[in-house]
Amino acid sequence: MNVIIDNFPLYVSGFLQTLRICAFAAIGALLIGTVIAGFRVSPVPPLRWVGTAWVTVFRNCPLTVVLFFCAFGLPEIGVNGAYFWFGVTGLVLYTSAFVCEAVRSGINSVPAGQAEAARAVGLTFSQSLSSVVLPQALRTVVPPLGSVIIAMIKNSAIAGAFGIGGDLFAVGDTLTSARGEAALPVLIGVVVGYLVITIPSGLGLAWLERKVAIAR
Amino acid sequence: MTTSVLYDAPGPRTRRRVLLGSAVAGVLLAGVLALVGNRLAEKGQFDQDKWAPLTDPSSDDFVDVWNLLGDALVNTLVAAALAMAFSLVIGTGLAVLRITAGRSWRWLVVGVIELFRGIPVVILIFFAARVLPGLGVDLPNLWFLVIGLTAYNSVIIAEIVRAGVNSLPKGQREAAESLGLRRGQVLSVILLPQAFRAMLPALISQLVVVLKDTSLGFIISYEETVRTAGIIIQNLGNPIQVYFVIAVIFIAVNYAVSRLAIYVERRLSQGKKTATATLSATDPAGAGTGGGG
Repeated sequence: MNVIIDNFPLYVSGFLQTLRICAFAAIGALLIGTVIAGFRVSPVPPLRWVGTAWVTVFRNCPLTVVLFFCAFGLPEIGVNGAYFWFGVTGLVLYTSAFVCEAVRSGINSVPAGQAEAARAVGLTFSQSLSSVVLPQALRTVVPPLGSVIIAMIKNSAIAGAFGIGGDLFAVGDTLTSARGEAALPVLIGVVVGYLVITIPSGLGLAWLERKVAIAR
Repeated sequence: MTTSVLYDAPGPRTRRRVLLGSAVAGVLLAGVLALVGNRLAEKGQFDQDKWAPLTDPSSDDFVDVWNLLGDALVNTLVAAALAMAFSLVIGTGLAVLRITAGRSWRWLVVGVIELFRGIPVVILIFFAARVLPGLGVDLPNLWFLVIGLTAYNSVIIAEIVRAGVNSLPKGQREAAESLGLRRGQVLSVILLPQAFRAMLPALISQLVVVLKDTSLGFIISYEETVRTAGIIIQNLGNPIQVYFVIAVIFIAVNYAVSRLAIYVERRLSQGKKTATATLSATDPAGAGTGGGG
């Protein structure tokens, strides 16, 4: 167990890097995923096609392949940047497909009568969306969206394994291969690092789920 | 768009606006595609020498490349099949333990399930390959991949099975108990067979997650599809083309499997004789698999 104590600062920096990756990726994925969900429910056919294609591609493609595409493909079309950002981009693209489906199923879960009633009492499109449909949709979206983000936190380890550098996975890799430490104690340290994020998030999510649940 | 809660059936003016929007969106889309295509062409990504090994049967490398990819695909499928089979067995066992466990030690089962659900699958695979050899377990890389995948997916499947059993009407268990069946019999003869039926779509969807996660085998040098792609690229220097082909293969296989899950779900809900709800293929038991791997 001395490995963990001796390398505690390294673990902390890895933990913070993981948090950094997740923060950027979560913001990006939520934004893009919501936009794509908007595409998928929009009345404009080409936008719907883009949304469907986006979801089909990124949901069925392994994250590793998406990451390789970002690393090799983006420089070819003139997008250059640090490796960190390629990793984050891959994570954003992949997660956005799952965010989109969560948001879309939330919108679809609002009974049609709600919007019909809103229009019947004379609310405009934006009024019925903002004061009737979305408040109900967002509540239904919270639990699946939370699961998607927790899965994304775990997937950030793949971006780390892929060579983004400095995160919890990379710490485990460095300690076991470069410094030849015994793997099991190193593993325990890394796992605790992830559990500190994922288990409280899961508990918080369960609490939020009960809090916002609507009895239908 | 058949029905949407968001807007009425469009009238003539809205139809014109939608048409205009479609035109603008179409032009923008074509513009983006043309820009990307143009950039790629400038960099020579459409050159014959980059694509020939993959698409031209008369190319020298064509046979070798596809033999390698074929072996790699088989390796991917073998790893996925083994992981799925073990996960099913262990996952069902864990679910039965969790359902039947006495109050005094149920927390232990729940703890194990929550623990493995919280660890990234890539960490499990990576450390299976690092830790187990040190403990004297020396296996081919395939088995480290399978062990890592199984450790992660069996707890997910345990949650799916539990949700399946819980989705059954209470009367099933009560009727079985009143017939004098023992607890184990109630589960194995009455509840689990029905639960598996309800769970089938969710289980098929989990197969997509497992298939995608086998690609993590590249981290421990198991020669599945992504690892083999890396080897091909080192020799031929055409990463975009090779990864494009790999992506198409994965998307085709996984899309087919997801459609199968949706089809099975529809079939089950059509031929439903009892009031068992099938678990959705798109959100298996809310088990938090969204985006898994």
